[in-house]
Amino acid sequence: MQVTVLLFAAHREAAGTHEFIAELPDGATVSDALERVCAEYPAIASTARSVAFALNRTHVSADAALAHGDEVALLPPVAGG
Amino acid sequence: MTAHHSISGEPLDERAVVDCLASDGAGAIATFVGRVRSSSRGRDVTKLEYEAYPEMAQRVFEQIADEAKSRHDIIDIAIHHRVGSLRVGEASVVIAVSSRHRAAAFEACRFAIDRLKQIAPIWKKEHSPDGAVWVEDRP
Repeated sequence: MQVTVLLFAAHREAAGTHEFIAELPDGATVSDALERVCAEYPAIASTARSVAFALNRTHVSADAALAHGDEVALLPPVAGG
Repeated sequence: MTAHHSISGEPLDERAVVDCLASDGAGAIATFVGRVRSSSRGRDVTKLEYEAYPEMAQRVFEQIADEAKSRHDIIDIAIHHRVGSLRVGEASVVIAVSSRHRAAAFEACRFAIDRLKQIAPIWKKEHSPDGAVWVEDRP
């Protein structure tokens, strides 16, 4: 299956892209998508493991199951306001 | 700016946010305006660059509004955040809360900005003469 992984802020800059299409086996989780994106962009690997996650625009934990077409986002520590 | 919550690159209009909450039953409207200040942690700030996950931020603003309404006796709440490049003195966020009596409006306004800083998917890069860094707030 394919999922879209979105990167923001320092991760987006380090990877040089906002969006990455990850090809993953059935049964994959958010954590698997993270490993896939870290393998593709080693520059984000050191900080990406401490981020929060969103799946289809809702906060989830790393063990959330994925389905084809899902949108996963890596959310670095936020600083709005 | 008629929508109750927004995230956009347009300058914020505090007056328009207040006007959209005006109703006959509202005896109080409290507002919070977040502005870009000229120094941060001992460094001069020249500008802030805000980035968001806008589709999710919009949902989070709705969630914060629901939480504020369930915790406080308020009539309505509006949350507007700006993104893009902001100069010193420009407003980055405007929150307004209407209620029958003032205490609930003040409390809910404080709650909403604290919650926004905690959970809204928004980031900022601080530019100073020595360079630029992504800010990690610790609420």
